Amino acid sequence: MSQWNRRRVLKGMLNGVGVSVALPFLDVFLDGNGTALASGAPMPVRFGTWGYGLGGTSGIFVPKKTGAGYDLPEEIASWAPVRDDVNLFTNGSAFPDSSPNRNHFTGWVVSRTGVAPEIDSVPTETIDVTVAKQIGRATRFNSLTATATADARDTYSFMNASTPNTPEWSPLQFYNLLFGADFQDPNAEEFTLDPRIIARRSVLSGVMEQSRSMMKVVGAADRERLDQYFTGLRQLETQFEQRLTKPDPIASCLPPGEAPVNPLMDKSADAVRLRHQMMTELMVMAIACDQTRVFNMTYSAAFSSIIKPGYPKPHHTCTHEEPVDERTGYQQNASWFTRRAMESWVDFVEAFKKIPEGDGTLLDNVLILGTTDVGYARTHAIDGMPVFLAGRAGGKGKSGMHIDLKGGSVSQVGYTALRLLGIDKSSWGTLSNESSEVIHEVVA
Amino acid sequence: MRLMYKRAAPHGSSKVFCAGVLGFVALVMLAGCSESDPEPETPGTRALVSLVTAEQYRNSLSYIFGPGVDLQVEFAPVARTEGLLANSAAIAGIGSSQLQGIQGVAASVASQVLDTKHRNYLVPCRPESIDGPDEACATRFLSRVGRLLFRRALTDDEVAMHVKQAGSAAEQLESFYAGLEIALEGMLISPEGLFVVERAEPDPENPGQLRLDAYSLASRLSYFLWNSAPDDELLAAAESGELQASGGLERAVDRMLASPRLAEGMRAFLDDMFAFDEVKTLTKDSTIYPEFTRVTAEDAREQTLRTSIEHLLANDGDYRDLFTTRSTVMSPALAIIYGVPAEPGWTPHTFPDDSPRSGLLTQVSFLSLHAHPGRSSVTLRGQALRERFLCQTVPEPPPGIDFSVVSNPDANYPTQRQRVRAHLETPSCAGCHRITDPIGLSLERFDGAGGFRLTENGAVIDASGGLDGFEFEGAVGLGKALRENPELPRCLVQRVYSYGTGAPPAMEARPALDYFNAEFAARGYRLRELLRTIALSKAFSRVQNDPGEESNPEYQEESRISVASSR
Repeated sequence: MSQWNRRRVLKGMLNGVGVSVALPFLDVFLDGNGTALASGAPMPVRFGTWGYGLGGTSGIFVPKKTGAGYDLPEEIASWAPVRDDVNLFTNGSAFPDSSPNRNHFTGWVVSRTGVAPEIDSVPTETIDVTVAKQIGRATRFNSLTATATADARDTYSFMNASTPNTPEWSPLQFYNLLFGADFQDPNAEEFTLDPRIIARRSVLSGVMEQSRSMMKVVGAADRERLDQYFTGLRQLETQFEQRLTKPDPIASCLPPGEAPVNPLMDKSADAVRLRHQMMTELMVMAIACDQTRVFNMTYSAAFSSIIKPGYPKPHHTCTHEEPVDERTGYQQNASWFTRRAMESWVDFVEAFKKIPEGDGTLLDNVLILGTTDVGYARTHAIDGMPVFLAGRAGGKGKSGMHIDLKGGSVSQVGYTALRLLGIDKSSWGTLSNESSEVIHEVVA
Repeated sequence: MRLMYKRAAPHGSSKVFCAGVLGFVALVMLAGCSESDPEPETPGTRALVSLVTAEQYRNSLSYIFGPGVDLQVEFAPVARTEGLLANSAAIAGIGSSQLQGIQGVAASVASQVLDTKHRNYLVPCRPESIDGPDEACATRFLSRVGRLLFRRALTDDEVAMHVKQAGSAAEQLESFYAGLEIALEGMLISPEGLFVVERAEPDPENPGQLRLDAYSLASRLSYFLWNSAPDDELLAAAESGELQASGGLERAVDRMLASPRLAEGMRAFLDDMFAFDEVKTLTKDSTIYPEFTRVTAEDAREQTLRTSIEHLLANDGDYRDLFTTRSTVMSPALAIIYGVPAEPGWTPHTFPDDSPRSGLLTQVSFLSLHAHPGRSSVTLRGQALRERFLCQTVPEPPPGIDFSVVSNPDANYPTQRQRVRAHLETPSCAGCHRITDPIGLSLERFDGAGGFRLTENGAVIDASGGLDGFEFEGAVGLGKALRENPELPRCLVQRVYSYGTGAPPAMEARPALDYFNAEFAARGYRLRELLRTIALSKAFSRVQNDPGEESNPEYQEESRISVASSR
């Protein structure tokens, strides 16, 4: 019996009451080649972002060798286990053009929108939102956003200037959102339908109607806000729809058995790393369980306030105030913070690599854009900026390359990511940050 | 959006290079204003569409359903605009993930309200049968709740729609209460409840002018003074026309000012003005300040709010005296930092006359919030005083500059004064640091956790400082200098008006602010009097625009042509 037939049977049996139907567990989830789901659909490609603050120190961050097999200078020495999974782009710029350079802002905004901000607000939707509009509508969450900072204000994802995608900051709350009462385990043998969902879906139609009426009595700017709210209602509707059908089994979906205990919520580097690992683990499993196809993780804010225990200044202050060590030629504590960020980046990439999917891993079917806000941490320059791209986008991308952007806009990487995801855009970004050429070295 | 750039801890003590100019946001008082002057004519504010805050949503639900319903409400943080989070409510949107969260809250609230424990007293009638629809009882419940949730009486069509939804769900689920629960859940995520849409109408007393309609005025008043939706009585006054009849507004405002709910409303305002949202993420390096915990941080916030409410409302005190008062309250966690005997719970505490503690600037909330995790910061404290209490803006340093000039190569200087001297000696730094560091240096006898100290690294701390031409010794002197600073009450006036009307004041509001300032001074700088003056003013209820009109395509086309022709 095909999945579609199965659904039809279920719907036919409902008749307004809860049902609990035992279904045979499929032991063959994939086609014979391991490259597609049993239903015949290809493995979905997912897109995500990862962000950290305060760049690095180029002399000990930028590999000398370009292309494959690049060397790993001391600030990114931790990348060894994932080097061949990550494209590292260095020497990029965020061109402010005629806009002022907004400290700690222009750099990451250009990396994620291709547009230099004129004021302290994001000029347009960030790249993850653009992608979510294309590939995020079929899943329970059109995107997931989390932060390791324990601060709900730390996000790099914006629907527009006034609507951030608020990050989940508590591992326990994140677990409850993802795998709590509303989670439908695709591999569960029994499927129980809650008849309240049908009623809720019906009431939602009324709420949508109220939204339409309200749009008629407000000005254009407010109508845009209401339209966004309306988009949220449609996403709720999608969720309700999905809960009315038995999901397809997914072999790699192994949800955590119990809720985590929240760790220490302070700003010490160890606590941040632990929270990052916990949030990553939950997020990656949500992706493996096809709860979302777009995701964002914040390791640290642009004004990173991470603490090195015993050292009196947080990361951001340290980059400004720490003298350059005469012996080594760099700020030792500032570099210590960068290295911790890079270790967490490795944690993030490895988490995808650990999940088998098809005849490879989840990392083969994702593309992760990693950005920061500045190049040289000490001066907060918006040239010499690094950008990362991990994963292989379902075989469309190559990984493990070091590319020198030669001072070109960091938006080239975002544009390349969009094209690797199959999003048809002739260009991305504006003015000096407009990109219309993919970086061919990373295209398979 | 808090966002990475906005909350940015301002640049630290030895790193700011702004040759900058202090940007005064506070509007200047015009000469010739006196307490007897009538309110000047101003065009009023814009009618807004504001997103309610989590606290407002929670307060409203608590009023409607009582304290027995557990309300775990958390909305997305918004950005601070010109000193207040409240100024962003009219531009904030709801993302999909946030709406999913609100739907979860709605489901939880609706489930509790209609459970067997609560429905007997929250539903004002009994259905004929609990196994199916009951139109009459559903109408009574939903019309009452809808009126309070949407801050206006529902039309007959609206009531019929909600009752129909409840009926369909009751039939489907074979339960009257389950049907009601589903309909209530829908109401709780309705845009009518989540967005406050202000509507305008012609002002009959001032032909050609617009004013908020009665419901919108009721909402603006209620969120301003109580941080909650209007109660039954205020809505009734709006419905009957009493609110806009002669003396009606005075009666409503005086009732609200006399209500215990005013304290909750003003706590919300002060929490916003003092930027205490930052307390949520305030942590200290436990290896340096082991005595400072999350409990300390939350208690520090509570101490300042309790001190302020007690002084401003319970004692009807002069606002300026908040910065010199020695009266406060103490908790066990704070007693450790203050070095005073601990008693259980919150207890009144008065610092002796020879204590270095006097006023809000010497409380742990201010001192620890505006410091680094492992040490104090003269710049952050100076900047915070100017931005929070004087409504001034300290510019950020220009980007992309070489900080090596202030990266003091000799890290062995024992005190902050010596370490930050480079700021004041370097011309490109001095422009900004002269307006922040002398303030912060006078607070240097308090460490990064707010604890008192006489020495730093074995050297005696020199706590001399200055503020706008006044020089003094230590924190007590700073408090006195701030108390006498004319910008201090002016800043409060600006913040209160801004908070009440939902947006930073426009330039044309200047005469109204001057009037409020004069009235505030004439009435002894009493907060309750200031609230009354503003709430009763034309500048509060008059509006410049009619959102309904602006939504009209013809209006939009006219605006487009008008803009095009003016280019």
